[in-house]
Amino acid sequence: MTTHVLPDPAPASAPAAEPGRVRLAAEQVRLAYDEHVVVHDVDLELTDGSFTAIVGPNGCGKSTLLRALGRLLRPAGGQVLLDGRAIARTPTREVAKVLGLLPQSPVAPEGLTVADLVARGRHPHQSWVRQWSRDDEAVVAEALEWTDMAELADRPVDALSGGQRQRAWISMALAQGTDLLLLDEPTTYLDLAHQIDVLELVGRLHAERGRTVAVVLHDLNLAARYAQRLVAMKDGVLVASGTPAEVLTEELLADVFELEARIVPDPVTGTPMVVPVRRLR
Amino acid sequence: MTATLERPVSGPRGRTAVRIGSASVLLRWRQLLVPLVALVVLVLVSAVSIGRGDFPVAIPDVLRTLVGLGDGPQNFIVLQLRAPRVIVGLLVGLALGVAGALFQTFARNPLASPDTLGITVGASVGAVAALVLTGGSSVGALLGGFGVPLAALSGALVTGFLLFVLAWRSGVDGYRLVLVGIALWSVGGALVDWLLTNAQVYDAAAAYVWITGSLNARTWDQAVPLAIALAVLVPLSLAAGRTLNVLQFGDDTARGLGLRLAGAQTAVVLLAVALTAAAVSAAGPITFVALVVPQVAVRLTGGSRPPLLASGLIGAVLVVSADLVTRTALPEALPVGILTAVIGAPYLLWLLVRGRRQFT
Amino acid sequence: MTTTADAPVRSGAASRALGGSMRTRRLLVLLVLVGLVAAAALASIAVGTRSLAPGEVWRALFDDDLTNEAAVIVQQLRVPRTVLGLIVGAALGMSGALMQGHTRNPLGDPGLLGVTAGASLAVVIAIAFFDVGSVGGYVWFAFAGALAGTVLVYAIGSAGRGGATPITLALAGAALSALLYAMVRAIVVSDTQTLDSFRFWQVGALAGRGAEVAWQVAPFIAVGAVLALANAPALNLLGLGEDVARGLGQRIWLARAVGLAAITLLCGAATAACGPIAFVGLVVPHVVRALTGPDHRWLVPCSALLGAALLLSADVLGRVLARPGELQVGIVLAVVGAPFFIALVRRRKTMAL
Repeated sequence: MTTHVLPDPAPASAPAAEPGRVRLAAEQVRLAYDEHVVVHDVDLELTDGSFTAIVGPNGCGKSTLLRALGRLLRPAGGQVLLDGRAIARTPTREVAKVLGLLPQSPVAPEGLTVADLVARGRHPHQSWVRQWSRDDEAVVAEALEWTDMAELADRPVDALSGGQRQRAWISMALAQGTDLLLLDEPTTYLDLAHQIDVLELVGRLHAERGRTVAVVLHDLNLAARYAQRLVAMKDGVLVASGTPAEVLTEELLADVFELEARIVPDPVTGTPMVVPVRRLR
Repeated sequence: MTATLERPVSGPRGRTAVRIGSASVLLRWRQLLVPLVALVVLVLVSAVSIGRGDFPVAIPDVLRTLVGLGDGPQNFIVLQLRAPRVIVGLLVGLALGVAGALFQTFARNPLASPDTLGITVGASVGAVAALVLTGGSSVGALLGGFGVPLAALSGALVTGFLLFVLAWRSGVDGYRLVLVGIALWSVGGALVDWLLTNAQVYDAAAAYVWITGSLNARTWDQAVPLAIALAVLVPLSLAAGRTLNVLQFGDDTARGLGLRLAGAQTAVVLLAVALTAAAVSAAGPITFVALVVPQVAVRLTGGSRPPLLASGLIGAVLVVSADLVTRTALPEALPVGILTAVIGAPYLLWLLVRGRRQFT
Repeated sequence: MTTTADAPVRSGAASRALGGSMRTRRLLVLLVLVGLVAAAALASIAVGTRSLAPGEVWRALFDDDLTNEAAVIVQQLRVPRTVLGLIVGAALGMSGALMQGHTRNPLGDPGLLGVTAGASLAVVIAIAFFDVGSVGGYVWFAFAGALAGTVLVYAIGSAGRGGATPITLALAGAALSALLYAMVRAIVVSDTQTLDSFRFWQVGALAGRGAEVAWQVAPFIAVGAVLALANAPALNLLGLGEDVARGLGQRIWLARAVGLAAITLLCGAATAACGPIAFVGLVVPHVVRALTGPDHRWLVPCSALLGAALLLSADVLGRVLARPGELQVGIVLAVVGAPFFIALVRRRKTMAL
């Protein structure tokens, strides 16, 4: 895969995505922790250039599924395919050039600066002989610019606020230069302004850079706002998949989330907005 | 193809990239400066240490003799009597410093040290057995034939092997490794205690000196094998630097960046174990070097992980200095392992009181 | 959708059922442990270079005839040794449970707090500079050393910003222990006679301690035990985190002080009497927790029972394995305890600090 060159702000020149081509797929994937099955035989396809949000109540297996898609978990049954190849049989370095991850609550070593963190993202493209090529330098500089982290480049990551820290991690994922990006609950523990900030950034990555994005989110309204496609899970099974309007219905909310709610159009974006009434037992 | 030296425009400060054709290397100035200074200090302290003794030799003479320009008596004193001891100390400090840095990065914990892994205790079991078991027992005869350093090395390697096998469960988890290490450390300690109680008093005394860590009577017999071992292990460790950069992160991020986690962890742990085994078989368990030196080094170079080369050189400085102090400043020569603890422990305590860096 | 009236009835029934089965189980465990202790004590009295049948033991216990060899062995050697094993084992078990509860660290061993190192240094000083020769003489020194060690560790661990946290205490303990042990070695290495005496004390053994040692340490262990039992409810709250505990009205500093005092008394007295004995404090609470759950009101007393049983069993094993001599209990415990510990570690799938 080519490394991306210097910034070009015009959205029209975003790399062409091939809609319909399946990049990442889970086929009958079963995931278990120590005999306890968490995800039951799920099929999921992520097509090129799509923005998918995986939602569901606590313990439904959405994070587990995402981790399996990111080859962090080996399926007990079924397989995960990256560009048609079984991900378990692809060398992890090759995978890292195409698929980027942002795990939940990522750990940055103490004393690491933002610039260092972003630079680490180039690791899959580097080797013992090529430790810091011109490409690497350019890509890192651009990633910092694009996420507005250039001024904070020399600050230690653990001295940043939660929102800034997430931006730094996204900057690293951007520098990794992958076509696909998986984010596991990137907005948890952030205040609303920073949640919007992070999702706007991810949205731009998708719209302007043509990245294929899959995000696990708790907040249904934010998911409806930013994602093109929603996938709902319950008890380890995929229950619904489609556009936010198709998926977010009062019946689904009652079924999956045990929630009685009204769906109204978001006054700002027009996407479906969930207004809770009460919990159903 | 010309080499170009460029300062990255918006990249990290204090770095310079050197490029030759399509190959490139990143130089971090602070991480080069500190080892350089440490090296200079090391040479000076070593020269002073070699010079001290019943027949003092001036520093310039020492340096000249080391290079091969000395006269007869000086050659004997410097090269046969004193240099081996100092060189063993230097190499041991180097090995322990690097091993400590490797291990603390792998375990993501500034408290981690190969000592608590039980490797050094395993070496102690071998060495004490060789020192204490008399010819009456077949084991004793076998070990006595080996010689103490080899017995110590065998003990260390057997323990390392056990450690690995017991801690392995589709990969090496840092925490599990530490716990198994503590268990092995306890068993080893009990075995050493048992051997000590069943020994003749004078054998026990000799064994006690060994397990404290000592440079007494070290000759080229210890220095040469150690040097050879380090000539292989240290460059390998330095080459692991890139891997360590990624290993620092949590497991998920490391895998996400394309690191083969199990393989990388195995390699790093094996290197740390081998370095520790080599050091301990030469001079016994010298405490605190592997624990304290990497923390000193990381504070001096300013980075996110203990730097390997700096840790090694500072470790060498520590051991040679401790040896110098115990030979000259103290009324009675004590094993160097006591002094490194006396220096290292208060430093750790001071770290605690200052509480600057958060230990998580 | 249920009405609110249903809710209390359901929860009441649920909690009764829960409490019932758990309580039965705990009582059962308690009974089994008492049985184990009795069996171990009997074995300890009966087994040795000259083994006695249970019937003989019974008679020997009450026979005042000094010419009866069995009676002499039983009354003057074995019973004191058994009693010592009981109280020291109980002390170690309890202090281990307390230590793990206060540090919320499954690796919490009282030796980490500087108890063992302080006691060792004091004993070495006693041998080297005060010419103390007997174990009974060591006891006071060791106890003083243990106390001093713990106080120092606590002082240093509390000195930084943020006060005493489990991590700073562990670090302070590790650093101070290393320093004290270095001093121990410095003395031992320079004086072979001291080495000769010290190497036997530091192994940890029940042998060679007469009844007077048990009498010396029993009061401290008794006080420590009372404090430990009193500390148990507070530990339950502390286990939820300091903030939650404070919110529930617990005075943190008081709980910590009582706990620390208990640990010091129990572990200090045990080390003073028998030398450093590892693993009892570490392993026993884990096993008990697996059986009775984390409630400290059960954990502490059951740890005492299991600790006593374990120590005595190890001692008996040591007598049996190395006939006609014996293997010190500290060694047996390490050799038996370590594989058990490793098995425990391997069972857990993922570990997190």
